Amino acid sequence: MSTKLTTLAEAVRTLVRDGDQVVLGAGLEQAIPFAAAHEIIRQGKRNLTSVAPISDMVGDMLIGAGCIAKVVGAWMGNVSAGLGHNYRRAVEQGLPHPIAIEDYSNFTLALALWAGAYGAPYVPVRTILGSDIMASNPKILKAEDPYTKTPIALIPPLRPDVAFLSVQRAAANGDSHVWGNLGVMQEAGMAAERVILLADQIVASEVIASDPNRVIVPGFRVAAVVHTPCGQHPSPLAGHWKRDGDFFTDYHRLSREPESFQAWLKEWVFEPGSPEGYLAKLGRRVEALRIREQALSVPANYGAS
Amino acid sequence: MSQAPYSTQELMIIATAREIANREVVFIGMRLPITAFGVATLTRAPDAIGLFEVGLARRQPALGTLQTMSDPLNQLGAAWASGLLQVMGTLPGGRVDAGFIGGAEIDRFGNVNSSYIGDWRKPKVKLPGSGGAADIAGMAKRMVVIMNHEKHRFVERVSYITSPGGLAGGDSRSRAGLPWGGVGAVITDRAILRPFGPERELHLASYHPGHSIADVCDHTGWNLKLLPDCAPTPEPTAAEIEALHRVDRDGFWR
Repeated sequence: MSTKLTTLAEAVRTLVRDGDQVVLGAGLEQAIPFAAAHEIIRQGKRNLTSVAPISDMVGDMLIGAGCIAKVVGAWMGNVSAGLGHNYRRAVEQGLPHPIAIEDYSNFTLALALWAGAYGAPYVPVRTILGSDIMASNPKILKAEDPYTKTPIALIPPLRPDVAFLSVQRAAANGDSHVWGNLGVMQEAGMAAERVILLADQIVASEVIASDPNRVIVPGFRVAAVVHTPCGQHPSPLAGHWKRDGDFFTDYHRLSREPESFQAWLKEWVFEPGSPEGYLAKLGRRVEALRIREQALSVPANYGAS
Repeated sequence: MSQAPYSTQELMIIATAREIANREVVFIGMRLPITAFGVATLTRAPDAIGLFEVGLARRQPALGTLQTMSDPLNQLGAAWASGLLQVMGTLPGGRVDAGFIGGAEIDRFGNVNSSYIGDWRKPKVKLPGSGGAADIAGMAKRMVVIMNHEKHRFVERVSYITSPGGLAGGDSRSRAGLPWGGVGAVITDRAILRPFGPERELHLASYHPGHSIADVCDHTGWNLKLLPDCAPTPEPTAAEIEALHRVDRDGFWR
């Protein structure tokens, strides 16, 4: 069987191009593929569009590093610490360069990915009628429902170039398991041209086949699998890793000024040089985040005879 | 002056819990509403369901203080773990009784801004944005807004409507195409406001112990009118305080 296993550096080099639309925050506040953002910054990718309903500090650091030209999303900041300083600098002062914003709500962004995944030309909704999102995002059109003759909003499809998804475990063939809250992982994985999995563990394909209902994005949609233990740090991963709240708080403080943000980038992105270097730098901090409690689900029987 | 047996934030939590009726399905954001949901399940609403936009539902809040909705503590023991579309889809599906949101600015019709201060084309301050707030405001049967009560936040007109309240008042919300919903209550650190009259303008419903009508009006950026039965906010009961202490075991809100 062919393997999709590769290194993160190779996956980013071959599958992410300047100008791509990239999904990094599909799990919302869990399973954020931070290791991929670090590699994108190290390889100096430019003019990317960030696509995600909410972007915790992963989006903010990509903006500060100059990788992002446009934000397509509903929320950008630092979930537990507050506003995103790099986001504010880019929008308010054009630093390090101006960025464009396409405003959505969480639900309409998710529907745009759903439409991209399943070939819908647009999705008619009522949810954001009356909101100024209708004004600041010119791609969302106002129309009349042909059935009820009442106002509706039309959400156009999104088909991102690349989606990075952090998962608990994956096999070399691209099949994977992910659990906990799923955010828009399925819609992003089904809509994106190229899906790259950051797997906390690599397992035999039989492990995945033992519970196919837990496969959220099928392996045939996956371009590459990268083994990145704790690659979602500092975000959490259900059943595997706790959230490193202090890391978000420290980032918030250090990103307040461009100079201290550059120092942060040097310390946590450039000098570690790779996911392995980053883990080594975290050192014993990683062990304190590892979930040791066992709260196992009862197996589901798929027997056939 | 003797020390009140509860903090202002604890009073806000209990006032928020009183907005949840039994068997209701409610969208709860982070922090204060999560604790309020816990108090509600221990007092008036044992069979309420709490929804989280990341893709979770719970019958009780998680044990312990959360940093985010996706914390492993919030996954453990969830009633439902699914996707954003599945959980938030209950809003336009008409299955959500109430939703709780915050914001940076609110106006006299209860429209909330959490996106841009100033002109959105050239903003003075870029705020994080809607998240799920616009969907909750648009499609929950009623929304409850929780904010600190400052004059620069309670304004005549918000600079950007992220989350629609009563829009321009009267029937403008239904004319915009929103079939139901609107503001149920605005709970602040000074008072509770509710829409009233044909224009559905926010009126003073009650003012918290230690505050006066004049104080609340001074901190409101429009000419705040009073509900006919405007009165002090009822003090927390012993049962409510006890429930709160059980939910907030770390004493985060004390």
